[in-house]
Amino acid sequence: MSKNIKLISIVLFTLFSFFILLKGLDKSNMYSPNIQKSKIDFNFKSKYLFSEDEVFLNELLNNEGWSLINIWASWCLPCRDEHVFLLNLKSTYKLSIIGINYKDDEKNAKQFLSELGNPYTNIITDPKGINSIELGAFGVPETYLIDNKSKVIIKKFIGPLDDNSFVELTKIIQ
Amino acid sequence: MVNQLGNYSLYIALLISIFIIIKTSLSFRNSSNVLGGNIFSLISVQSLMVIISFLTLIYAFVTSDFSNETVYNNSHTAKPLFYKISGTWGNHEGSLLLWLLVLTIFLFLFTIDSKGLSQKYRTLTLFFQEIIIFGFLLFILFTSNPFANIFPIPSEGTGLNPILQDPALAIHPPILYLGYVGTSIIFSSSLGAIISGSINKSWASHIKRWVLISWVFLSIGILLGSIWAYYELGWGGFWFWDPVENVSLMPWLCLTALLHTVFTLEKRGTFQSWAIILSITTFSLSMSGTFLVRSGILNSIHTFANDPSRGVFILCFLFVLIFISIFIYFFYQKTITADPTKTFLISKETAVLINNLFMMFFLSVVLIGTVYPIFLEVINNEKISIGPPFYHKLMIPFLIPFLFFMAIGPNIKWIKDKIGKINLKEIFIFIISIVISYIFVSKFGVSYLLSLPLFIFSFFLFFVTIRDFFGKNINISQKISHFGFSLLILSILLNGVLAKEHSSNMRVGDEIKFLGKIIKFQKIEVIKKQNYQSLIGEFNIVDENNSLSLKPEIRIYDQPQTITSEADISSTIFADNFLVFNIIKNDGFYNVRYQIKPFMIWIWISVILISLGGILSLKKKNV
Repeated sequence: MSKNIKLISIVLFTLFSFFILLKGLDKSNMYSPNIQKSKIDFNFKSKYLFSEDEVFLNELLNNEGWSLINIWASWCLPCRDEHVFLLNLKSTYKLSIIGINYKDDEKNAKQFLSELGNPYTNIITDPKGINSIELGAFGVPETYLIDNKSKVIIKKFIGPLDDNSFVELTKIIQ
Repeated sequence: MVNQLGNYSLYIALLISIFIIIKTSLSFRNSSNVLGGNIFSLISVQSLMVIISFLTLIYAFVTSDFSNETVYNNSHTAKPLFYKISGTWGNHEGSLLLWLLVLTIFLFLFTIDSKGLSQKYRTLTLFFQEIIIFGFLLFILFTSNPFANIFPIPSEGTGLNPILQDPALAIHPPILYLGYVGTSIIFSSSLGAIISGSINKSWASHIKRWVLISWVFLSIGILLGSIWAYYELGWGGFWFWDPVENVSLMPWLCLTALLHTVFTLEKRGTFQSWAIILSITTFSLSMSGTFLVRSGILNSIHTFANDPSRGVFILCFLFVLIFISIFIYFFYQKTITADPTKTFLISKETAVLINNLFMMFFLSVVLIGTVYPIFLEVINNEKISIGPPFYHKLMIPFLIPFLFFMAIGPNIKWIKDKIGKINLKEIFIFIISIVISYIFVSKFGVSYLLSLPLFIFSFFLFFVTIRDFFGKNINISQKISHFGFSLLILSILLNGVLAKEHSSNMRVGDEIKFLGKIIKFQKIEVIKKQNYQSLIGEFNIVDENNSLSLKPEIRIYDQPQTITSEADISSTIFADNFLVFNIIKNDGFYNVRYQIKPFMIWIWISVILISLGGILSLKKKNV
């Protein structure tokens, strides 16, 4: 009898672990520790896409409210998919959207925007990709919601924006 | 073309595997002898097929055949030859093929090695091992085929992660895999032994060799990984309690416990059930390790691919194996016959048991620390990370009695011994340890968790293991391994307590003062290498007596574009001088980290000693 209980409890425990791990597989596995509090250095200089001037990213974050930093590139296919969400955000919310054009060719980038529309308040370039990595990017596209006042990243969206992240984003802004 | 050769040989291996599984399971019914020439030649052909496909993949990497998707994703024409070859297992698909290669070769060797043991036991072991091979073949062929083609053929590949381009890391995976996969033979063999009812002294002395082989390779594999982390990652440490390190430590702890249990089983014929449980657990832990790092459930440098379907496959396969073994264990438990001789409380058996209990405790701590965050995230949607303080707090209080038992355990006799034997010598050593530790702790002002007792018992173990070299009742391999372990604990302690670090931002020409030394940033040089650009900094460290020049390096790789920093380390037997620098922004400043790490080299030496003990023990017929 006690042997059976032992067997059953071991089997149950193993099954439990199995389902937990199975479920764990669906979870996003990008661990960015302490996202809520991470204060990132936005103090780097970069060239605008549409002019020859240079600007510190900091200066673009100085108004009240929220900023959205979107790292994108014309060669990145998922960026095309999320573009419609950015355009939507631009037209409905009071939000400054800063594009960081990641490792891109200027001509292609401009072509991309004239084809799909320009949702960005400002676009700066990051031809070597170093600044984006400093910000903590894993790849393109990535979108960060920033509280301008405290200069803190409130939320990171890794990968293209979709319906779920759009809803989540708009909830935070409101 | 050559690519297809590898692919087809894997399919042939799969067919052979199916055939052997059917043939062996049929033989249980009519109890015929299947292990004659036929099956053995099939096993040989199977190993040969896997070897061919592995060589094909190496060939594809060496010739930069970008029609192969794996090569395209992980190689580049500008890579040095050495790293083209090591790139073969520096990716998900190739590393699994390596895993399979070791599985089949170990089975081949096992079949030769086990000649003379009972047919039933050998056939059963073969059956279980083939099930594992079959599972891995399915996994490789249908979810991560290393021979997938791409068309049109790209002209250039995307490159191997530069962090992986390091000599220690090139051989780290194969060595570690030998250890990991070696546990599969122990697993199959223990299941075979429990069904055939042959868990006895002769089984123990047979399987002992396989336990030792896996254990030695696993120890060296972990050592290499640790050395790599120390030199390449530039964090100035050798162990970070990173989940991926933990999953290699867990099978090691379990295997160490099994090693001691198997020795006891061989000598005294006790602990049969326990040996089986440990064998099953060890392999399950190795498989879980593969699952955790390969599925992407943990994120680290070892996670090559994040394809959930692969994770689901390994997970299901792992749990099928675990369930099979649980049921086999419970249903065949009665075949285990207890040894009639009585064992007394004060005996070597008890000492081994204590060792095992501590190993299991350390194992649970590491296991909880590793999987708890995953469980918590699934259940509670909360993300936490468990760091070194958790492990230190839980392990150190138990490490102290562990060290004590390790010092006295080996000298206790089998079956029955007397306490009164503790002699003046041991008390004398103990008093010396107290004095040394007290002077040491008060002189260096160490205020660490339980530091005084920890030092006392580490020194005690250290001196006792040295004294044991002159004793007669312990064999030489055990002396070396135990001495190696005491050295390891002592050097880790001294290293942790005495390490000094200084970090600051410097430009060329800057000078800083640290502990009476002057660190001067002399110059920086830019050199173009085959596949990267190298910034070599020159730093002079001057103190009263001598001056030392260190040249750390920053490498900017082209394919894929990544920056890595290589520390420059000057090692002496007393301490390592460790210096690493990083680019901050493009304004001429570099972040410079200088560390003095005492007794670093002894940590490596001690692990080599521990493994050496295992190797020596392999050579002897009877321990």
